[in-house]
Amino acid sequence: MAHLTAKPPVRRSLPQGAARRAVGRNLTAYGFLCGALICFAFFSWYPMVREVVLSFQENNFVDPAKWVGFDNFRTVIEDPAFRAAWLNTAAFSGLALVVGYAIPFVLAVVLNELRHARGYLRFVVYLPVMLPPAVGVLLFKWFYDPGAGLFNQILDGFGIPPLSWLDSSSTALISLVLVSTWMNLGTGTLIYLAALQSIPGELYESAELDGAGLFRRVRHVTIPQTKLILLVMLMLQVVATMQVFIEPYLLTGGGPENATVTVAYLMYQYAFNFGDFGAGGALGLMLMVVLMVFSTIYLRVARDNEGGR
Amino acid sequence: MTTTLQPQRMLKATTPAAAPRSTRKKKDKGRGYETRSLMSPLSLQSRRGKLMYWTVLVVVVTGFTLAFVFPLYWMVTGALKSPDELAQIPPSFFPKSFDFGVYADAWNQLQLGVFLKNTVLYAGGAWLFTLAVDVTAAYALSKLRPFFGKVILALMLATLMIPPMVLLLPTYLVAKDVPIFHFDLLNTPWAIWLPAAANGFFIFLLKRFFDSIPRELLEAAEIDGASPLRILWSIVLPVSRPILGVVSILSVVTVWKDFVWPLLVLPETDKMSISVGIASLSAQMPQNVLIASLVIASLPTILVFFVFQRSIMAGLTAGSLKG
Repeated sequence: MAHLTAKPPVRRSLPQGAARRAVGRNLTAYGFLCGALICFAFFSWYPMVREVVLSFQENNFVDPAKWVGFDNFRTVIEDPAFRAAWLNTAAFSGLALVVGYAIPFVLAVVLNELRHARGYLRFVVYLPVMLPPAVGVLLFKWFYDPGAGLFNQILDGFGIPPLSWLDSSSTALISLVLVSTWMNLGTGTLIYLAALQSIPGELYESAELDGAGLFRRVRHVTIPQTKLILLVMLMLQVVATMQVFIEPYLLTGGGPENATVTVAYLMYQYAFNFGDFGAGGALGLMLMVVLMVFSTIYLRVARDNEGGR
Repeated sequence: MTTTLQPQRMLKATTPAAAPRSTRKKKDKGRGYETRSLMSPLSLQSRRGKLMYWTVLVVVVTGFTLAFVFPLYWMVTGALKSPDELAQIPPSFFPKSFDFGVYADAWNQLQLGVFLKNTVLYAGGAWLFTLAVDVTAAYALSKLRPFFGKVILALMLATLMIPPMVLLLPTYLVAKDVPIFHFDLLNTPWAIWLPAAANGFFIFLLKRFFDSIPRELLEAAEIDGASPLRILWSIVLPVSRPILGVVSILSVVTVWKDFVWPLLVLPETDKMSISVGIASLSAQMPQNVLIASLVIASLPTILVFFVFQRSIMAGLTAGSLKG
């Protein structure tokens, strides 16, 4: 524990002055802490409680709130968009994993081998991450334009018939995944790159002496050595992608035919389009429970990680 | 959950960019003699190895440029094209004329000046506020260690486990009508500044760094009669520059890039941040004006990245070690 190093000086203080000094130290400390305590209390801790309360109340913010038990949950579950929202969110997360989980790792492995243009490649891969998400999404909205959009022009260049991208329920969701992956790829790549650089070269050396080829070296050295960060990133990515909101909000509005409505977007719609904060809160609570499962796994993996060192 | 990290590792995690890079440089000069990675230096010396290496390099550089730079090139040049040229099939690779007037149009029609000024106000204020609040809190938790300090820290770090999206509605309701005080923070900068400071990750980063500052340094000042505030200002802050840099950039960039929160709490057009402003006016704009405004909106963050690349990447890898 980091605290251990700091303990002795406190015990050393003289017995008679110790109590007074402790009070003084505490007063100063809470003086320093009060700003953070207020911010956390109002904008982190209280909202957690409020979220739970909200989902069991009917509230129009004029009359006093009324307890309605599980009515909000019933409203939400009976909504035809409910099933679509969860399926889309799961599909979005799954597709984002298929496209966006392995690619950064492969990129990082390749980048780690290159001895030239390292700075350029690292800068460039992180560039989309630095764009404000709204800019990236609106940029892709223009690329997806079925008429003169960049993507159909490229397809045309290869002699492939144009796709309707966001306008067809079969391609809309994957289009959202593409934008999201393009914008977030750099984070994973650079994190993996940092992890790869800490692998001792001797491991590769001895594996090669044992006759392991390129792919077996990746499988038996690179992957085991980065297993923990791979697991942690998996959990983080699932939690991050299941909260997807800005892509459906700006690109499709949940359409066509609920093909891209996600849980977070439905929650927003309940609250701000239909004025039903109770139903939105209920949906948010369900999402929280699901994501907490992944967060707990993440926490356990991270803890095992530390225990192992 | 996080206090078990050792101080030595903490320092490493906060400034990771420097260490690997210096070994890299050595490696480049010696063409890979010091340490090796997946490929052995020997296999790269052979004729076939060299050919393969250069092929992969060219493919990767071209691929990255096409995937990550070309869209931005298309954006910058797209803004210079007239609406007719934008709709033309096949598209023109270079714009026919360089008419930068479209940027002026975007600036005026979309009131980008107002949006930019707002965003600077929100991000700058959030930065100052975050530093003031989180640095003092982390210092108190790390060095003054009050009663219940560990509980408070655990509660602050626990907020990292709650995905922000699921607390969107209750937090909005708080901003609309703050409990006890009954302030309405909507359409005021406070709606951005106050929640921005409630950041468990910054507290974690700062406390971890402060923990690694040798206690003797502070004790000497204490014996000389310096107050805790004086110690924080004259001793802790000067040695904490690296982590303050990381937290500063992260806090500014986070607020600058945020979309959902400002969308909810700053609904008035005159109060919007640049992302929200452009998104909400995008439907009414001619295509080229909209693209020009996207270019203008992305310039500040890209410039920040250009200048503070090292700190940003250090913050990224520090983030990956949080647990």
